[in-house]
Amino acid sequence: MNVVFSVFQQTMFFTMPLLIVALGGMFSERSGIINIALEGIMIMGGFISILFINLTQGVLSGQLQLLIAVVIAGVAGMLFSLLHAFASINMKADQTISGTALNLFAPAFAVFFARILQGVQQIQFNNTFRIESVPVLGNIPIIGDLFFKNTYITTYIGILILVLSTIVLYKTRFGLRLRACGEHPQAADSVGINVYKMQYAGVLISGAFAGIGGLVFVVPTSTNFNASVAGYGFLALAVLIFGQWNPMRILFASFFFGLLKTVAASYSGIPVLAALGVPSYIYKMIPYITTLVVLVFTSKNSQAPRAEGIPYDKGAR
Amino acid sequence: MNEAKHKNMVGLLSSIFAIVVGLLFGFIVLLASNPTQAVPGFFTILTGSFTHGLKGIGQVFYYATPIILTGLSVGFAFKTGLFNIGTPGQFIVGAFAAIVVGIRGDFLGSAQWVVAVLASIAAGALWGLVPGVLNAYFNVNVVIACIMMNYIGMYLINFIVKGSKTLFDSLRNQSLSVDKAAEIPKMGLNLLFPESSINGGFFIAILAVVLIHFILNKTAFGFELKAAGFNRDASKYAGMNEKRNIILSMAIAGALAGLAGGLLYLAGSGKHIEIVDVLASEGFTGISVALLGLSSPLGILLAGLFIAYITAGGFYLQLFEFSTEIIDIIVAVIIYFSAFALIIKTFIERFDKKRNGGK
Repeated sequence: MNVVFSVFQQTMFFTMPLLIVALGGMFSERSGIINIALEGIMIMGGFISILFINLTQGVLSGQLQLLIAVVIAGVAGMLFSLLHAFASINMKADQTISGTALNLFAPAFAVFFARILQGVQQIQFNNTFRIESVPVLGNIPIIGDLFFKNTYITTYIGILILVLSTIVLYKTRFGLRLRACGEHPQAADSVGINVYKMQYAGVLISGAFAGIGGLVFVVPTSTNFNASVAGYGFLALAVLIFGQWNPMRILFASFFFGLLKTVAASYSGIPVLAALGVPSYIYKMIPYITTLVVLVFTSKNSQAPRAEGIPYDKGAR
Repeated sequence: MNEAKHKNMVGLLSSIFAIVVGLLFGFIVLLASNPTQAVPGFFTILTGSFTHGLKGIGQVFYYATPIILTGLSVGFAFKTGLFNIGTPGQFIVGAFAAIVVGIRGDFLGSAQWVVAVLASIAAGALWGLVPGVLNAYFNVNVVIACIMMNYIGMYLINFIVKGSKTLFDSLRNQSLSVDKAAEIPKMGLNLLFPESSINGGFFIAILAVVLIHFILNKTAFGFELKAAGFNRDASKYAGMNEKRNIILSMAIAGALAGLAGGLLYLAGSGKHIEIVDVLASEGFTGISVALLGLSSPLGILLAGLFIAYITAGGFYLQLFEFSTEIIDIIVAVIIYFSAFALIIKTFIERFDKKRNGGK
């Protein structure tokens, strides 16, 4: 049973960043803007917020420091994503081009400035954030072991983001308008919705979430930041499509991916799998192969926002 | 001015504008981080590749060879309206096929390098074919399929190389060296650029540029591909075989990226497949090259040479205690601004109007 708990706890570490970042991507794509820059924005958010943790070590620690870092990561990601919003909304640039530029810029920027600030490119930090067991809740049998032990506050932030995203997207006027812009911006415009404003909102939300996702990815899995989030931004993009631009499905998709990633990373500690003697590379490949297979079966009725990727031009009706 | 010429002009001008802005930004970053070293540092970026005369220039061509081809791969798929972000995967399976022939194919004699190069093309084509088929028949998003194929390719190649006694050098944790006969002949380039790593692969890359230019601009097939890129529904309505075009376009794009991997790992410059879980950067650089080159074969050739040139210059930056990442920063800014072709176009049109007295 302990193995099940520890696998589940670790799955959360891999699931949460994917969930948060894919939800961010969802807001952007639902407004009609493809955000392929999620990877770069994650790196930027991770870089600035880990730098903050590094610089305030000794002054701050624990959950307060992490919460401030989450806010900083979100703001950094949002500001960085402004570049993508400006290019794709105001300049009507090809959205893959500016996204690619951001992906290239962020890691180079992080390495360059880490070297200038402290000589080496890795930014170390003390992990004072792990929660051994949440008071009271951690003592509940099974559920306590699954959700409230060996955890991080970021896991709950991820769940909060999921709940809020679902409500905002489906139960608010803003969400309805955002979705309208991704499906048929001309129609949205004709009833008085400011399409550009909505698309800015979509991209900025994706920026904030991706920035937070960068931090959430690094904190439980490492003790330094090396200008990389190991392709998680691209995986989040896959999760988003896998999840058909729908929050609950995105949750399942990211959990699925997180679980397979955990198995690949720690199969030797799982007695059943260790006994099989399958090489580790097979486990590493499984998440990607499975995704392809699942997509083969689910892509026929794609729910992609109809107008995504097409710059909105007021004049073209 | 006729329309095609006008378009090329706008493209060229917007690329030059982007390059100027990118370099300026790079200079400002250098200035902000270390004012005293900024001027010599910036000068080094521009002239570093000439420091060793002809050898340095030969190195630029050597660096440019694979990224011209991955750029061509991305650009070719772009013309069909497909974003081939699968170049890192196609590149590494191409490299793998080449080194397999290069290590085990000694019975091939002097044809070994040719077969190795062909193997890299075939492997890359296969890796590009998969996303093409998945998209054409199952509507799977090409970008996602390509990303998945990147990781599958990387892990698969590491797995096979590491597990094979005849391919793996366990001391260095990398693939063994290929046979001498599998190295691409220098084709006289070593005489022109002594001591550099340049080889006949550069000619092969040029040949590929010409071939792709020909396919896109002079054949009915190329016309169909471009038509599908402009408007997929219209081309389908006109009776073009949409599925076949998607699949062929991805396979050709994959073949080009595979060839890039083959040429680099057969260059005889000490390149080996290292067993690390990192996607091939040459593949991603291809995206930058294609974007800067505006997806046209000739533009990609120039863009590949330019990026190789400033990358080579960047190596010397370490003398001034700047890290080479400044080059990536500059390239990123260049690409960002090259997306702004629209402003340049408006600017030129305004200028034209003024000159023609508003006619």
